[in-house]
Amino acid sequence: MTDSAFDISLTVNGERVRERVDARKTLVDFLREDLALTGSHVGCEHGVCGACTVRVNGEIVRGCLMLAVQCDGAKVETIEGMSDSGEVADLQAAFEQRNALQCGYCTPGMIAAAQDLLRRGGVPSRDEIREHLSGNYCRCTGYHAIIDAVEAVAQARAGGR
Amino acid sequence: MKPAPFAYKKARSLDEAVALLVEKDARLLAGGQSLIATLNMRLSAPSLLIDINGLGGLDGITVKGGAVEIGALTRHAQAERSDVIAKQAPLIARAIPHIGHPAIRNRGTLGGSIAFADPAAELPACLLALDGEIDATGPKGKRTIKAQDFFKGLFETALGPQEVLTAIRVPAADNAARVGFAELARRHGDYAIVGLAACARANGKGLSDVRLAYFGVGSTPVRAKKAELALASGNIDAAIKALDLQPHDDVQATGKVKTHLAGALLRRVAKQLLEA
Repeated sequence: MTDSAFDISLTVNGERVRERVDARKTLVDFLREDLALTGSHVGCEHGVCGACTVRVNGEIVRGCLMLAVQCDGAKVETIEGMSDSGEVADLQAAFEQRNALQCGYCTPGMIAAAQDLLRRGGVPSRDEIREHLSGNYCRCTGYHAIIDAVEAVAQARAGGR
Repeated sequence: MKPAPFAYKKARSLDEAVALLVEKDARLLAGGQSLIATLNMRLSAPSLLIDINGLGGLDGITVKGGAVEIGALTRHAQAERSDVIAKQAPLIARAIPHIGHPAIRNRGTLGGSIAFADPAAELPACLLALDGEIDATGPKGKRTIKAQDFFKGLFETALGPQEVLTAIRVPAADNAARVGFAELARRHGDYAIVGLAACARANGKGLSDVRLAYFGVGSTPVRAKKAELALASGNIDAAIKALDLQPHDDVQATGKVKTHLAGALLRRVAKQLLEA
């Protein structure tokens, strides 16, 4: 009646994917190990650090707190997809220009979380940016440069309209 | 770490979920934002996960007979965006931004938070402060449990082993309803060191029916009844003196520090209650 391995079919970065997964495999491990999409990082594996942040059906989630089997039929987008489409190109450039990354481990999750805030439109305050990124740890930068980069992109996008 | 192996079954109906719970060590999977973390750390190793995410009719926010009813599978983010919650359940509206982070709130469910009953979580305290109710369905049918009878101990509730929490209900706020909420956490969105959910009725320039529910100070959310009476008589300092919480030391703070912080939070929350 019940099983522990399942055939799933989903869209990852616009491509149709069919795989057989163990029920216990998390989404982020599935992306990294089965699909070789290693841009989503595995940090704490219990939902604290945010390094595994990806989009499922348009909303950011923790890749370590969802099972791959739960993504049957879902639309998953990773940093690779957001990067290839150019959707986050300005954020990536701003992070580089403002030293908003050093080791880079948190960066894919940071960019995904920042983009989630910025695509709502408007120019969020620094407090709002901090709050939205509060679930993403960075152990290098001390965060100020990250807030600077996100704020600059928000202003540039608003000015560009 | 990675989870130990388990079987997985997507429930197609509430009845099926209840029936599957007969299996020893079966667990319900709703938002999974606490459960999957404990699986990853192998703090829990269920034999079977029953995924209830696909069940229809268990999410949604409605107003019925003077109460706001929130389906168990309502995500925190959904409640955060809800006008009904903002206007008619303002205590919950104030609490939700403190629950985890945006990515957590997109998955985590209100029913899951209540059923998990973490002693430092926001929603159990809100439900206790609001004198709310919990609906559950089990092999013998549906029943309703008052919040004050629901939280039994550390991560322990009145739910039976085969019962599924289906909805929570709180009285809809009217013009005289006042609410207050504050918590202290090391990082925004983390579990509270100490928190306080409160409600009252405006009574002239003062308050009546004050209900203070602290979290992070015991094995369940805790009412501070002596302080409630003192606050209703209008004396904030007396209310702080009347606090009779007995928090234990934990990894975040000593009991003594928590007692001090509980007083500081009471001052902030009293101010919110007194503001119209």
